[in-house]
Amino acid sequence: MKSLRLVSALAVLALAATPFAAAPLAAQEPLKIGFVYVSPIGSAGWTYQHELGRQYLEKTFAGKVKTTYVESVPEGADAERVIRRLAQEGNKLIFTTSFGYMDPTVKVARAFPKTIFMHATGYKTAKNSGTYIIKFEEGRYLAGLVAGKMSKTGTAGYVAAFPIPEVIRGINAFTIGMREVNPKAKVKVVWVSSWYDPGKEREAAEALIAQGADVIMQHTDSTAPVQAAEAKGVYAIGYHSDMSKFGPKAHLVASTHNWTGYYQSVVEKVMKNQWKSEAFVGGIKEGMVVMAGWGPMVPDEVKKLVADKEALIKAGKFAPFQGPVKTQDGKEVVAAGKVMPDKDILEMNYYVEGVEGQLPKK
Amino acid sequence: MDLTEIIVILVATLRAGTPLVLAALGELVTEKSGVLNLGVEGMMLVGAVAAIITTLGTGSYALGALAGTLAGVAMALVFALLTLSLRANQVAAGLALTIFGLGVSAFLGLGFRDRPLAGLKPLAVSGLSDIPIVGPLLFGHDIFVYLSLAIFAAVSWFLARSRGGLVLRAVGEAPEAAHALGHNVLAVRYAATAFGGAMAGLAGAYLTLVYTPMWADQMTAGRGWIALALVVFATWKPGRVLLGAYLFGGVTIAQLHLQAQGVAVSSHILATLPYVATILVLVLIARDATRIKLNAPAALGKPFDPGR
Repeated sequence: MKSLRLVSALAVLALAATPFAAAPLAAQEPLKIGFVYVSPIGSAGWTYQHELGRQYLEKTFAGKVKTTYVESVPEGADAERVIRRLAQEGNKLIFTTSFGYMDPTVKVARAFPKTIFMHATGYKTAKNSGTYIIKFEEGRYLAGLVAGKMSKTGTAGYVAAFPIPEVIRGINAFTIGMREVNPKAKVKVVWVSSWYDPGKEREAAEALIAQGADVIMQHTDSTAPVQAAEAKGVYAIGYHSDMSKFGPKAHLVASTHNWTGYYQSVVEKVMKNQWKSEAFVGGIKEGMVVMAGWGPMVPDEVKKLVADKEALIKAGKFAPFQGPVKTQDGKEVVAAGKVMPDKDILEMNYYVEGVEGQLPKK
Repeated sequence: MDLTEIIVILVATLRAGTPLVLAALGELVTEKSGVLNLGVEGMMLVGAVAAIITTLGTGSYALGALAGTLAGVAMALVFALLTLSLRANQVAAGLALTIFGLGVSAFLGLGFRDRPLAGLKPLAVSGLSDIPIVGPLLFGHDIFVYLSLAIFAAVSWFLARSRGGLVLRAVGEAPEAAHALGHNVLAVRYAATAFGGAMAGLAGAYLTLVYTPMWADQMTAGRGWIALALVVFATWKPGRVLLGAYLFGGVTIAQLHLQAQGVAVSSHILATLPYVATILVLVLIARDATRIKLNAPAALGKPFDPGR
């Protein structure tokens, strides 16, 4: 009896294995693409913008691609398991969309040399794994211009997740923009130590408002800071997505990210076997940073100011981190007339002049 | 830090502590009957999504709160059916309930993710709320804050002073003895589990109707787990649950305010403070091991078979 059961179990196993072993690699087989998301997709925010990119791929390459995603994947060891599984399931192109996936991505990439990995916001590349990032700072800088024009107290509050270069860079670009139109402006920062905790994000925004901030900026994933600003009658600037629904009276504008075009170009290259590992950086010029969701309270003069700067950035005549840039304690990091090299921007670990408080050490 | 800011912090503390108070008190009653339900996070999420869907549909916050509560009860009854009637493992079933709640709430909330809600405003008792200092502290909260305090008083009285509370505790301590005395152990445990679900659902409703009036997947962000931990660290005493919940909320809020004022302490240390402070205080006031044993329900997590 026992041996019979064993034989039948083996038979089932063998049957289950055949499709993988025997399936011919048809030319028509769709390209399997995997996405790893750090938070729930939601209706706005970082992950949502990537999801729009994924949906766009499904639409544009209908029948030619097959995408899957895994949401709410914690950064660290769990991520490695998820990425590995996606690779094992036959995904030939895998996008890992959070900074903390960097080492797991590189590690799994080594084990699957025929799979292509693209890691967002990181800096480690290999033959079969590249990185891609948006010059968020361009949007942050433009948002800073708006905040500087609209703030009455000259103080902005910044709800931030973790003190990593990506976030610090945004705080600095925002501050530079704000002080360009109001040289006395100050930016206060509160770290909530989470990418996503609506309750804490709300409380952080309220703490900043209690300290005199009348424009709330955020580098977290929920819309709670915008809601808090709306409830307290101050302004807010959305991030990642247009968040105006959550604060019609508060929402000045949002600096949004558009990944669709980039994802399309990567998929096209992979399909034509032309993909090469790269460290891609795109911004306003590439259409990846878009200012959207203007509030009715923003005067045309401010919108024009932003549009003019956008044109300059597009033409390559201006960059947010263009000299002179001074750190908080007055040290000049970029001389007048020079532009900060990309590498320095990627590794930024200090506050510029105008940010209040000290940067927490890691 | 001036007085107005301290008041802002205190008001925010009550607000941040309220969902923890509600969920932890519910779990405390459940555990006192000998049932360990680890599904608080899941019940909160389902309560949260049911509440906002109902309020968006009807415009009524009361109906929303009721729907959240009932949704929590429904979740708890699923758990009770599995663990009490079918005697499944409580730890496994509780974890499954949380995972189930994550999925169900995300599914139900699909069409409601970008539907903002005005949010229930704090009470404004004319005249009273405007009194300096006392006004905002006593009369400046939303109705849930007062409700949670009333529930706290009721639960404390019920467990310590009422006959029903005695039966509940007996069921949690020695179900065989309670059974021999003619008490229906399973009925008591069903009721206690349902109460735990109701409170978790109400705590979830507080999040979507008042605290951050919107729906987003997993918006409880671990508050259910903190409530669970509070019950243990409070050694199953309602007063300590209340203290722990406000302590946790208070330190969370205070550290955010300290940062906004530019205090130069590592944000990582500040972020761990609420956990460290709460655990430290609760462990210190209850460091007598024998007394902890006295408070812990002896039959916690053990299934009971009346027919045996």
